[in-house]
Amino acid sequence: MPQWIRACATDDIDEEDLIRFDHAGATYAIYHAPDGKFYATAGKCTHEDVHLCDGLVMGHLIECPKHNGQFDYRTGEAKRAPVCVNLRTFATRLDGGDVYIEVP
Amino acid sequence: MAKRDYSLLGPDGALAVETGLAAAEWYHTDVPRKVMKDLMARRDGPALRDTVILYGCMIAFALGGIALWGSLWCIPFWLAYGVLYGSASDSRWHECGHGTAFKTPWMNNAVYEISSFMIMRNSATWRWSHARHHTDTYIVGRDPEIAIMRPPAFAKLVLNFFGIVDVMNFVPRILHNAFLGPTAEEKTFVPQSEWPKVQRVALIHVAIYAATIALAVLMGSVLPLMVIGLPRLFGAWHHVMTGLLQHGGLADNVVDHRLNSRTVYLNPVSRFIYWNMNYHVEHHMFPMVPYHALPRLHDIIKHDLPAPDRSIARAFSQMWPALRRQLANEEYFLRRDLPATAKPYREDFHKAALGEAIPAE
Ligand code: FES
Repeated sequence: MPQWIRACATDDIDEEDLIRFDHAGATYAIYHAPDGKFYATAGKCTHEDVHLCDGLVMGHLIECPKHNGQFDYRTGEAKRAPVCVNLRTFATRLDGGDVYIEVP
Repeated sequence: MAKRDYSLLGPDGALAVETGLAAAEWYHTDVPRKVMKDLMARRDGPALRDTVILYGCMIAFALGGIALWGSLWCIPFWLAYGVLYGSASDSRWHECGHGTAFKTPWMNNAVYEISSFMIMRNSATWRWSHARHHTDTYIVGRDPEIAIMRPPAFAKLVLNFFGIVDVMNFVPRILHNAFLGPTAEEKTFVPQSEWPKVQRVALIHVAIYAATIALAVLMGSVLPLMVIGLPRLFGAWHHVMTGLLQHGGLADNVVDHRLNSRTVYLNPVSRFIYWNMNYHVEHHMFPMVPYHALPRLHDIIKHDLPAPDRSIARAFSQMWPALRRQLANEEYFLRRDLPATAKPYREDFHKAALGEAIPAE
C-alpha cells in the first residue's frame, strides 16, 4: 500500500543538488531542481551498488559518482553509459516547508 | 600464494566476487559537499583551449613533417607529432571517456572518438573496460586494464614504449570486433545491447586503416602512414612512461587507492600531454572531478595521501626496483607511508578481503 512519508525540509537541499534519504530499509535520492521543483528516485545507481547522493546534479541530470553514468532524475531515464537501466522514480509533494515522497 | 591469474574468466576473478573484493566500497578522503560540488563543476573553457592547442600543434607538426619529408629535418616534426598522436590521445581518450573534460556532451564524445581511433582502442569496448577498472582497480581477475602484471614481463614493458605490444594486441582484436563482434572476454564487461556498436566502431577503424594503407601503396610512400597509424608506435613512449607510474609496483587486491595508485609531480609539458592524470590517487578517489580541477583537489586532500613523487625520474627510481623484486616474489609491493595527518590504511579490512596479511615494506 503506497504511503506518503516526509523525506526532508525544502531547505535541507541546495538548489541543483540532492541528498540521500533512507526509510524502512530502502534508500532514496531527493533532488532540488534548478527550477525549484523537488524530485525523488531510488538512491542507488542501476549500474552498480553506488549511492547517487555523492554525485553531481547538472540541470535535470544526476551524474553517478562512480563511472559518470547519467540519469534524468525527473523520469529516471538512463542518459549516458555505462548506465543502461532506468532509475526508479517516486512522486513528491510539498507540504509547508517539507518534502514528502510516495513510497510503495 | 598461488600464481596470479589475470584472465577475466579465471579463478582469481571468481574468488574476488566470492570474497566481496570485487565491487567493494573504496576508501575516500572526507571532502565537504560544497567543496566537492565546486570541484566537480563542469566547464568547456579549459578543454576547448587545450584541444585547440593540441590539434593546432598536430596539424602544424604534420605539415612540417610532410614539407620536409626526405630530409633529416623532418625528424623533429614527426617526433613531436608522434607524441601528441600516440600519447596525448591516451589522456584525451581517458578524460573524455569519463565525460568530465568538457561540459558539453557532444564535445566529450567527439574528442573521445577521435582519441580512441588514434590510441587504437575500440571506443565502444573501452568505455566499459575503463568502468570496470574504476570499480575493481587492480583487483586480479577483474580489472581488464592492469598494465603491469606480476611477475612483470619486462620485455613487453620495454617493447610497449614503442607501442609494439599494444598494436600487436589491437590488430587481431579490431579485426575480430569488425567481423565477429566482441571477444569472449569483452563480453564479460560490455553489455549485450552494446555489442553491435562494438562491431560498427571496429568496421570504421578498419576502413580508415585500409584506406590509409591503400593510399600509401598508390603513392609508393609510407607518408600517409606517418600521419595515420605509425605515430601510435613512435609516439607511444610518453603515455607508457606516465601510464606505468599510475599503479606500477604498488599493491593489488586492495580497496584503498592510496595503496594502489601513485601521484607524481610533472613538468608542465608532460602535464599538458597527460592532462593532469599524474594526480592519479585523486582521480581514482573522485573520478567526477575534471582534469583541470585535479591540482586543486590535490591541495585539499594531500594531508590524507602518501607524499607524491617529486618527478618522473624519482618515481621510476622507486618503481623499477620494486618491479624487479616482483620477479622473484609476486607478493612484494611498495607500500608508501601516510603522513601523520592521514587516516590510517584499514589493514583489518584488507586482511579480511585477502585472507592474509599484507606484506609491509
Ligand atoms: S555505478 Fe553508477 S555509473 Fe557505474
